[in-house]
Amino acid sequence: MLYTINTSPFENSTMETALRFIQPGDPVLFLEDGVYAVQAGNRFSETILSLLDKNPVYALTPDLEARGIGSVTDGVFGVDYGGFVDLVEEHQPNSWL
Amino acid sequence: MPEPGYLSMRSSGSFASQIINQGTIVNIGILLKEGPYNHQASDTAYKFAEAAIAKGHKVDAVFLYNDGVTNVNKLMDPPQDDRHIADRWSKLSKQHGVEVLACIAASKRRGINDDILIEGGEITGLGTLTDIAIRNDRLVTFGD
Amino acid sequence: MAEEQTNIKKIMHVMRHAPHGTIYTYEGLEMILIMAAYEQDISIAFIGDGVYALKKGQDTAGIDIKGFAKTFMALDGYDVEKLYVDAASLAERGLTEDDLVVDVEVLSSGEIGRLMGEQDVVLPH
Repeated sequence: MLYTINTSPFENSTMETALRFIQPGDPVLFLEDGVYAVQAGNRFSETILSLLDKNPVYALTPDLEARGIGSVTDGVFGVDYGGFVDLVEEHQPNSWL
Repeated sequence: MPEPGYLSMRSSGSFASQIINQGTIVNIGILLKEGPYNHQASDTAYKFAEAAIAKGHKVDAVFLYNDGVTNVNKLMDPPQDDRHIADRWSKLSKQHGVEVLACIAASKRRGINDDILIEGGEITGLGTLTDIAIRNDRLVTFGD
Repeated sequence: MAEEQTNIKKIMHVMRHAPHGTIYTYEGLEMILIMAAYEQDISIAFIGDGVYALKKGQDTAGIDIKGFAKTFMALDGYDVEKLYVDAASLAERGLTEDDLVVDVEVLSSGEIGRLMGEQDVVLPH
Protein backbone atom coordinates (compact mmCIF):
# COMPACT_ATOMS: atom_id res chain seq x y z
CA MET A 1 0.00 0.00 0.00
CA LEU A 2 1.37 3.40 -1.04
CA TYR A 3 1.33 5.95 1.79
CA THR A 4 1.27 9.54 0.53
CA ILE A 5 1.94 12.44 2.89
CA ASN A 6 1.36 15.98 1.67
CA THR A 7 1.71 18.16 4.75
CA SER A 8 4.84 19.38 6.52
CA PRO A 9 5.79 17.46 9.68
CA PHE A 10 6.70 20.85 11.21
CA GLU A 11 3.06 21.88 10.82
CA ASN A 12 1.12 18.84 12.06
CA SER A 13 1.53 15.27 13.26
CA THR A 14 0.21 13.53 10.12
CA MET A 15 3.56 11.93 9.24
CA GLU A 16 4.12 10.76 12.79
CA THR A 17 0.61 9.25 12.83
CA ALA A 18 0.87 7.62 9.40
CA LEU A 19 4.15 5.94 10.32
CA ARG A 20 2.48 4.19 13.27
CA PHE A 21 0.23 2.34 10.80
CA ILE A 22 2.64 1.57 7.99
CA GLN A 23 3.57 -2.04 7.30
CA PRO A 24 7.07 -3.22 6.35
CA GLY A 25 7.61 -2.83 2.62
CA ASP A 26 4.90 -0.19 2.11
CA PRO A 27 6.35 2.65 0.02
CA VAL A 28 5.99 6.25 1.23
CA LEU A 29 5.72 9.20 -1.14
CA PHE A 30 6.14 12.74 0.19
CA LEU A 31 4.55 15.44 -1.95
CA GLU A 32 3.43 19.07 -1.78
CA ASP A 33 4.46 20.49 1.65
CA GLY A 34 5.16 16.93 2.76
CA VAL A 35 8.56 17.09 1.01
CA TYR A 36 9.93 19.29 3.82
CA ALA A 37 10.15 16.03 5.80
CA VAL A 38 13.02 14.71 3.68
CA GLN A 39 15.25 17.79 3.49
CA ALA A 40 18.72 16.65 4.53
CA GLY A 41 19.83 17.47 8.06
CA ASN A 42 16.52 18.49 9.56
CA ARG A 43 14.80 17.41 12.78
CA PHE A 44 13.12 14.49 10.99
CA SER A 45 16.17 13.02 9.26
CA GLU A 46 16.55 10.29 11.90
CA THR A 47 12.88 9.36 11.49
CA ILE A 48 13.30 9.11 7.72
CA LEU A 49 16.49 7.05 8.06
CA SER A 50 14.86 4.53 10.37
CA LEU A 51 11.81 4.41 8.09
CA LEU A 52 14.16 3.50 5.25
CA ASP A 53 15.20 0.34 7.12
CA LYS A 54 11.91 -1.30 6.17
CA ASN A 55 10.21 0.97 3.63
CA PRO A 56 11.20 2.62 0.35
CA VAL A 57 10.82 6.41 0.55
CA TYR A 58 10.15 8.75 -2.37
CA ALA A 59 9.66 12.48 -2.76
CA LEU A 60 8.03 14.28 -5.67
CA THR A 61 10.88 16.10 -7.44
CA PRO A 62 8.82 19.01 -8.81
CA ASP A 63 7.68 19.73 -5.24
CA LEU A 64 11.28 19.55 -3.94
CA GLU A 65 12.43 21.92 -6.68
CA ALA A 66 9.53 24.32 -6.13
CA ARG A 67 10.61 24.63 -2.49
CA GLY A 68 14.33 24.96 -3.13
CA ILE A 69 15.17 21.66 -1.49
CA GLY A 70 18.44 20.64 -3.13
CA SER A 71 19.51 17.77 -0.91
CA VAL A 72 17.44 15.05 0.68
CA THR A 73 18.10 12.47 3.38
CA ASP A 74 20.28 9.63 2.04
CA GLY A 75 18.24 6.83 0.51
CA VAL A 76 15.22 8.95 -0.46
CA PHE A 77 14.39 8.76 -4.15
CA GLY A 78 13.07 11.60 -6.25
CA VAL A 79 10.22 10.78 -8.64
CA ASP A 80 8.34 12.93 -11.14
CA TYR A 81 4.57 12.75 -11.71
CA GLY A 82 5.15 9.76 -13.99
CA GLY A 83 6.95 7.98 -11.15
CA PHE A 84 4.01 8.81 -8.86
CA VAL A 85 1.73 7.13 -11.43
CA ASP A 86 4.03 4.08 -11.52
CA LEU A 87 3.80 3.78 -7.73
CA VAL A 88 0.00 3.95 -7.93
CA GLU A 89 0.06 1.33 -10.68
CA GLU A 90 1.94 -0.97 -8.32
CA HIS A 91 0.17 -0.22 -5.05
CA GLN A 92 -3.24 0.77 -3.71
CA PRO A 93 -2.92 4.38 -2.56
CA ASN A 94 -3.55 5.47 1.01
CA SER A 95 -3.52 9.28 1.23
CA TRP A 96 -2.79 10.78 4.64
CA LEU A 97 -4.27 14.24 4.13
CA MET B 1 9.35 -7.98 5.13
CA PRO B 2 10.88 -5.75 2.48
CA GLU B 3 10.78 -7.19 -1.00
CA PRO B 4 14.25 -8.29 -2.04
CA GLY B 5 14.24 -5.88 -4.96
CA TYR B 6 14.01 -2.57 -3.28
CA LEU B 7 17.37 -2.40 -1.56
CA SER B 8 19.04 -2.78 -4.91
CA MET B 9 16.64 -0.18 -6.30
CA ARG B 10 17.93 2.19 -3.68
CA SER B 11 21.49 1.77 -4.84
CA SER B 12 20.64 1.76 -8.53
CA GLY B 13 19.04 5.19 -8.23
CA SER B 14 16.57 4.54 -10.99
CA PHE B 15 13.44 3.04 -9.56
CA ALA B 16 11.06 4.77 -11.97
CA SER B 17 12.56 3.21 -15.07
CA GLN B 18 12.37 -0.23 -13.48
CA ILE B 19 8.64 -0.18 -12.92
CA ILE B 20 7.79 1.46 -16.23
CA ASN B 21 8.77 -1.83 -17.83
CA GLN B 22 5.82 -3.58 -16.24
CA GLY B 23 3.47 -1.69 -18.54
CA THR B 24 0.24 -2.78 -16.89
CA ILE B 25 -2.69 -0.56 -17.83
CA VAL B 26 -4.76 0.42 -14.83
CA ASN B 27 -8.09 2.18 -14.61
CA ILE B 28 -7.89 5.12 -12.26
CA GLY B 29 -10.47 7.24 -10.48
CA ILE B 30 -9.49 10.48 -8.78
CA LEU B 31 -11.17 12.03 -5.74
CA LEU B 32 -10.41 15.72 -5.18
CA LYS B 33 -11.41 17.21 -1.84
CA GLU B 34 -10.19 20.81 -1.92
CA GLY B 35 -11.03 23.87 -3.97
CA PRO B 36 -8.64 25.52 -6.43
CA TYR B 37 -5.79 27.91 -5.49
CA ASN B 38 -6.12 27.71 -1.70
CA HIS B 39 -4.47 24.31 -1.78
CA GLN B 40 -2.06 22.61 -4.15
CA ALA B 41 -4.36 19.58 -4.27
CA SER B 42 -6.07 20.58 -7.56
CA ASP B 43 -2.72 21.13 -9.23
CA THR B 44 -1.27 17.83 -8.07
CA ALA B 45 -4.43 15.96 -9.07
CA TYR B 46 -4.28 17.51 -12.54
CA LYS B 47 -0.57 16.77 -13.00
CA PHE B 48 -1.15 13.21 -11.84
CA ALA B 49 -4.04 12.75 -14.29
CA GLU B 50 -1.95 14.14 -17.17
CA ALA B 51 0.96 11.84 -16.34
CA ALA B 52 -1.31 8.79 -16.02
CA ILE B 53 -2.89 9.48 -19.41
CA ALA B 54 0.56 10.02 -20.95
CA LYS B 55 1.54 6.56 -19.73
CA GLY B 56 -1.48 5.01 -21.38
CA HIS B 57 -3.56 4.44 -18.27
CA LYS B 58 -7.28 5.10 -18.29
CA VAL B 59 -8.34 8.03 -16.11
CA ASP B 60 -12.00 7.30 -15.73
CA ALA B 61 -13.24 10.22 -13.67
CA VAL B 62 -12.33 13.07 -11.36
CA PHE B 63 -14.91 13.24 -8.57
CA LEU B 64 -15.09 16.51 -6.65
CA TYR B 65 -16.10 16.46 -2.99
CA ASN B 66 -16.06 18.86 -0.03
CA ASP B 67 -14.79 22.25 -1.26
CA GLY B 68 -13.43 20.39 -4.29
CA VAL B 69 -16.73 21.07 -6.06
CA THR B 70 -15.67 24.70 -6.60
CA ASN B 71 -13.10 23.47 -9.15
CA VAL B 72 -15.82 23.48 -11.81
CA ASN B 73 -17.04 27.04 -11.26
CA LYS B 74 -16.63 28.63 -14.68
CA LEU B 75 -16.89 32.13 -13.18
CA MET B 76 -13.36 31.93 -11.80
CA ASP B 77 -11.16 34.47 -13.52
CA PRO B 78 -7.53 34.29 -12.41
CA PRO B 79 -4.87 36.74 -13.63
CA GLN B 80 -3.67 35.93 -17.15
CA ASP B 81 -0.24 34.78 -16.01
CA ASP B 82 -1.77 32.23 -13.63
CA ARG B 83 -3.14 28.78 -14.51
CA HIS B 84 -6.90 28.62 -15.07
CA ILE B 85 -7.88 25.63 -12.98
CA ALA B 86 -11.51 25.33 -14.16
CA ASP B 87 -10.40 25.50 -17.82
CA ARG B 88 -7.85 22.79 -17.20
CA TRP B 89 -10.52 20.38 -15.95
CA SER B 90 -12.72 21.30 -18.89
CA LYS B 91 -9.89 20.53 -21.31
CA LEU B 92 -9.11 17.24 -19.60
CA SER B 93 -12.73 16.23 -20.01
CA LYS B 94 -12.99 17.26 -23.67
CA GLN B 95 -9.61 15.98 -24.86
CA HIS B 96 -9.34 12.76 -22.89
CA GLY B 97 -12.91 11.81 -22.06
CA VAL B 98 -12.30 12.09 -18.32
CA GLU B 99 -15.58 12.59 -16.50
CA VAL B 100 -15.39 15.65 -14.23
CA LEU B 101 -18.08 15.18 -11.62
CA ALA B 102 -19.13 17.39 -8.73
CA CYS B 103 -21.06 15.85 -5.83
CA ILE B 104 -24.57 17.29 -5.81
CA ALA B 105 -24.95 17.53 -2.04
CA ALA B 106 -21.57 19.24 -1.64
CA SER B 107 -22.35 21.50 -4.63
CA LYS B 108 -25.69 22.66 -3.27
CA ARG B 109 -24.08 23.64 0.00
CA ARG B 110 -21.54 25.76 -1.82
CA GLY B 111 -23.71 27.35 -4.50
CA ILE B 112 -22.41 25.33 -7.43
CA ASN B 113 -25.11 24.55 -10.00
CA ASP B 114 -25.54 23.92 -13.73
CA ASP B 115 -25.65 27.67 -14.49
CA ILE B 116 -22.02 28.15 -13.49
CA LEU B 117 -20.68 24.73 -14.42
CA ILE B 118 -17.73 24.43 -16.83
CA GLU B 119 -18.15 22.72 -20.17
CA GLY B 120 -17.54 19.01 -19.70
CA GLY B 121 -18.44 19.12 -16.03
CA GLU B 122 -21.40 17.36 -14.47
CA ILE B 123 -23.18 17.41 -11.13
CA THR B 124 -24.02 13.98 -9.83
CA GLY B 125 -24.64 11.95 -6.69
CA LEU B 126 -22.37 10.06 -4.32
CA GLY B 127 -23.67 6.84 -5.84
CA THR B 128 -21.57 7.71 -8.88
CA LEU B 129 -18.49 7.93 -6.68
CA THR B 130 -19.33 4.50 -5.33
CA ASP B 131 -19.52 3.18 -8.90
CA ILE B 132 -16.17 4.81 -9.65
CA ALA B 133 -14.65 3.15 -6.58
CA ILE B 134 -16.06 -0.21 -7.63
CA ARG B 135 -15.21 -0.19 -11.33
CA ASN B 136 -11.64 1.15 -11.20
CA ASP B 137 -8.42 -0.54 -10.14
CA ARG B 138 -7.33 2.51 -8.16
CA LEU B 139 -8.99 5.45 -6.45
CA VAL B 140 -6.45 8.18 -5.65
CA THR B 141 -7.44 10.94 -3.23
CA PHE B 142 -6.05 14.47 -3.28
CA GLY B 143 -6.80 17.05 -0.61
CA ASP B 144 -5.24 18.72 2.38
CA MET C 1 -5.51 -6.13 -11.09
CA ALA C 2 -6.38 -8.58 -8.38
CA GLU C 3 -10.17 -8.78 -8.41
CA GLU C 4 -12.33 -10.84 -6.10
CA GLN C 5 -14.45 -13.38 -7.91
CA THR C 6 -17.41 -11.39 -6.62
CA ASN C 7 -17.62 -7.69 -7.31
CA ILE C 8 -17.63 -6.68 -3.67
CA LYS C 9 -14.89 -4.26 -2.78
CA LYS C 10 -13.32 -3.65 0.58
CA ILE C 11 -13.65 0.06 1.23
CA MET C 12 -12.24 1.67 4.37
CA HIS C 13 -13.18 5.21 5.37
CA VAL C 14 -10.58 6.87 7.55
CA MET C 15 -11.73 9.61 9.93
CA ARG C 16 -8.78 11.73 10.99
CA HIS C 17 -10.30 15.13 11.69
CA ALA C 18 -12.12 16.39 14.75
CA PRO C 19 -15.80 17.11 14.17
CA HIS C 20 -17.25 20.64 13.75
CA GLY C 21 -13.96 22.52 13.22
CA THR C 22 -13.99 21.32 9.61
CA ILE C 23 -16.68 19.61 7.55
CA TYR C 24 -14.61 16.55 6.63
CA THR C 25 -16.08 14.14 9.17
CA TYR C 26 -19.66 15.23 8.53
CA GLU C 27 -19.42 14.99 4.74
CA GLY C 28 -17.48 11.76 5.19
CA LEU C 29 -20.40 10.35 7.12
CA GLU C 30 -22.78 11.44 4.33
CA MET C 31 -20.60 9.53 1.87
CA ILE C 32 -20.62 6.43 4.05
CA LEU C 33 -24.41 6.46 4.32
CA ILE C 34 -24.74 6.50 0.51
CA MET C 35 -22.05 3.87 -0.05
CA ALA C 36 -23.71 1.62 2.50
CA ALA C 37 -26.61 1.14 0.07
CA TYR C 38 -24.26 -0.45 -2.48
CA GLU C 39 -23.57 -3.59 -0.45
CA GLN C 40 -19.82 -3.25 -0.39
CA ASP C 41 -17.58 -4.39 2.45
CA ILE C 42 -17.37 -1.08 4.32
CA SER C 43 -15.36 -0.27 7.42
CA ILE C 44 -14.50 2.95 9.25
CA ALA C 45 -11.26 3.65 11.08
CA PHE C 46 -11.07 6.48 13.62
CA ILE C 47 -7.55 7.76 13.94
CA GLY C 48 -6.01 10.79 15.62
CA ASP C 49 -8.54 13.58 16.19
CA GLY C 50 -11.04 11.43 14.28
CA VAL C 51 -11.81 9.66 17.58
CA TYR C 52 -13.39 12.90 18.88
CA ALA C 53 -16.24 12.40 16.40
CA LEU C 54 -17.46 9.55 18.62
CA LYS C 55 -17.16 11.34 21.94
CA LYS C 56 -20.18 11.29 24.24
CA GLY C 57 -21.79 14.49 25.43
CA GLN C 58 -21.40 16.67 22.34
CA ASP C 59 -23.91 19.52 22.26
CA THR C 60 -23.61 21.67 19.15
CA ALA C 61 -26.64 23.91 19.82
CA GLY C 62 -24.44 26.84 20.77
CA ILE C 63 -22.38 26.77 17.56
CA ASP C 64 -25.41 26.32 15.31
CA ILE C 65 -23.89 23.34 13.50
CA LYS C 66 -25.87 20.13 13.17
CA GLY C 67 -24.57 17.47 15.56
CA PHE C 68 -23.99 14.04 14.08
CA ALA C 69 -22.42 11.86 16.77
CA LYS C 70 -25.75 10.05 17.04
CA THR C 71 -25.68 9.20 13.33
CA PHE C 72 -22.73 6.92 14.02
CA MET C 73 -25.03 4.99 16.36
CA ALA C 74 -27.41 4.39 13.45
CA LEU C 75 -24.74 2.88 11.18
CA ASP C 76 -25.41 -0.73 12.11
CA GLY C 77 -28.91 -0.19 10.69
CA TYR C 78 -27.12 0.36 7.38
CA ASP C 79 -25.04 -2.80 7.84
CA VAL C 80 -21.94 -0.76 8.55
CA GLU C 81 -20.66 -2.64 11.56
CA LYS C 82 -16.89 -2.52 11.29
CA LEU C 83 -15.86 0.48 13.34
CA TYR C 84 -12.21 0.45 14.33
CA VAL C 85 -10.66 2.89 16.77
CA ASP C 86 -6.92 3.36 17.17
CA ALA C 87 -6.00 2.54 20.78
CA ALA C 88 -3.04 4.94 20.86
CA SER C 89 -5.18 7.84 19.58
CA LEU C 90 -7.70 7.22 22.37
CA ALA C 91 -5.04 6.88 25.05
CA GLU C 92 -3.10 10.02 24.13
CA ARG C 93 -6.35 12.00 24.34
CA GLY C 94 -7.13 10.64 27.79
CA LEU C 95 -10.16 8.77 26.47
CA THR C 96 -11.37 5.19 26.86
CA GLU C 97 -13.97 3.14 25.05
CA ASP C 98 -16.50 4.23 27.70
CA ASP C 99 -16.24 7.82 26.42
CA LEU C 100 -17.56 6.82 22.97
CA VAL C 101 -21.18 6.86 21.77
CA VAL C 102 -20.99 3.52 19.90
CA ASP C 103 -19.56 0.06 20.31
CA VAL C 104 -16.28 -0.08 18.47
CA GLU C 105 -13.35 -2.40 18.11
CA VAL C 106 -10.29 -0.82 19.71
CA LEU C 107 -7.21 -2.04 17.85
CA SER C 108 -3.51 -1.27 17.86
CA SER C 109 -2.13 0.93 15.09
CA GLY C 110 -0.36 -2.08 13.61
CA GLU C 111 -3.60 -4.07 13.48
CA ILE C 112 -5.44 -1.21 11.76
CA GLY C 113 -2.47 -0.80 9.40
CA ARG C 114 -2.75 -4.46 8.43
CA LEU C 115 -6.47 -4.06 7.77
CA MET C 116 -5.71 -1.02 5.60
CA GLY C 117 -3.36 -3.14 3.57
CA GLU C 118 -6.21 -5.55 2.77
CA GLN C 119 -8.46 -2.83 1.32
CA ASP C 120 -9.31 -2.19 -2.33
CA VAL C 121 -10.03 1.43 -1.54
CA VAL C 122 -9.03 3.67 1.37
CA LEU C 123 -10.92 6.96 1.58
CA PRO C 124 -9.54 9.65 3.87
CA HIS C 125 -11.96 12.17 5.37
